[in-house]
Amino acid sequence: MNGTTALPRRSFGETMRADVWWTQPLLVFVGLSIFIVYSTWAAFQGQNYFFGNYISPFYSPEILGDSPHSWFGPKPNWWPHWLIFSPALLVLWAPGGFRVTCYYYRGAYYKAFWADPPACTVGEPRKSYWGERSFPLIMQNVHRYFLYLALFFLLVLAYDVWKALWFADGFGIGIGTIVLAINLVLLAGYTVGCHSLRHLAGGFLDQFSKSPTCYRAYTCVSCFNRRHMLWAWLSLFWVGFADLYVRLCAMGVWHDWRLL
Amino acid sequence: MATATFRIWRGDANGGEFHDYTAEVAEGMVVLDAVHDIQRTQAPDLACRWNCKAGKCGSCSAEVNGMPKLMCMTRLSELPLEKPVTIEPMKAFSTLKDLVTDVSWNFSVKKTIKPFKPRPPDAADGTWRMQQEDIDRVQEFRKCIECFLCQDVCHVLRDHQMHERFIGPRFLIHVAALEMHPLDTEDRIEELRNKQGIGYCNITKCCTKVCPENIEITDNGIIPLKERVVDDFYDPFGWIWRWLKKKSNS
Repeated sequence: MNGTTALPRRSFGETMRADVWWTQPLLVFVGLSIFIVYSTWAAFQGQNYFFGNYISPFYSPEILGDSPHSWFGPKPNWWPHWLIFSPALLVLWAPGGFRVTCYYYRGAYYKAFWADPPACTVGEPRKSYWGERSFPLIMQNVHRYFLYLALFFLLVLAYDVWKALWFADGFGIGIGTIVLAINLVLLAGYTVGCHSLRHLAGGFLDQFSKSPTCYRAYTCVSCFNRRHMLWAWLSLFWVGFADLYVRLCAMGVWHDWRLL
Repeated sequence: MATATFRIWRGDANGGEFHDYTAEVAEGMVVLDAVHDIQRTQAPDLACRWNCKAGKCGSCSAEVNGMPKLMCMTRLSELPLEKPVTIEPMKAFSTLKDLVTDVSWNFSVKKTIKPFKPRPPDAADGTWRMQQEDIDRVQEFRKCIECFLCQDVCHVLRDHQMHERFIGPRFLIHVAALEMHPLDTEDRIEELRNKQGIGYCNITKCCTKVCPENIEITDNGIIPLKERVVDDFYDPFGWIWRWLKKKSNS
């Protein structure tokens, strides 16, 4: 490949664009920052994460913990005193990793947090560029493994919705049930539209006609994939809200209305 | 009749500057009309490449108000005419004169990509049989008119000038069209990773935004290719799975 000499490189933020190009990266920066701060705070609380038959999605599956939702009982005695314990910290890395390595979020946070570039045709702050070819960003290729974990988490969250239908006095539907069910639907929409799943479902094939099942799966995933950004933001907002709902109910600030 | 100011970059590879021209604006005009009007009445030496004026030849690529666009498909009614409309050559390539850039690098890149290598014909008459669902995906990529707006907007080429290490979105789409073709038997994944630099793409989707043919360059072309690279280079469980599958089939 022959090289080419273009016009001089523009400095950081320099552009001839006449529109408000900074709006979108700013909104992404603010939106993701709020979520990161809130989810980190919530994960370290270690309390008020369940309310009766509801459990916060940040804490599910509760592998070890004090609530009745715990799979393997309370925190073990051998847990080092100096090591902070919260049931959320045992599980939150998996859905967190799925989002961090997600193709949509990658493009979004490279722009919003790293200005690489700040927006299309806007000057960058750095001359050097490694892309996703070398460490650390080459690790983004692990995305499909986080997908496998995310699919498992969907099953767990579906079970949480099932539990949210059963109150102490039997079957019922509360506002919390609906909040957790919407959370499941939005997270499923986001996960099922994953680019890696699209590839694994059938995108790896060159001849769909030889594998009709894979083609149907590919078409289905592609349908969700077309709105992947929308699913990503809706599910991000709602999973945070679901935690907040359960937390405020557990703290007695909000009352969970029974609809049925 | 209303008028508007057009701030056009004049110069060559050694440098240049913006010149302001005022032109009359009529309903239905596109940027290329205004450039032609300026050429005709005020600056006969203004260099500008164009051909079909229908958004199909990909010749009149330039940057209008800072965004890569086809001048023939950018209506003046879409632009804020109370401010000067800036028109510049593409930034990812060297300027020959005014709005004309040297895009020959793209053609030399294309020659380095392994060509189409079909399987043996399906029928005795030397023809092949393909199903529509097999070809739908690559038909999208074949809409490309090679305007190189995606190459221009890509920050890897535009800002970092990595022309030696990265082939750019246009040619990643070209590779995708070949690699996903139901008849093709060639393997381009290794060179895609090692020589053509797909890892440099950080999925900003700017290429998709500027494509005049609305090709989903990132979602349908580049990301699926990245996933194929993951298959071959970064997925040990996948290797074991495929090895076991092959073993059970044999």
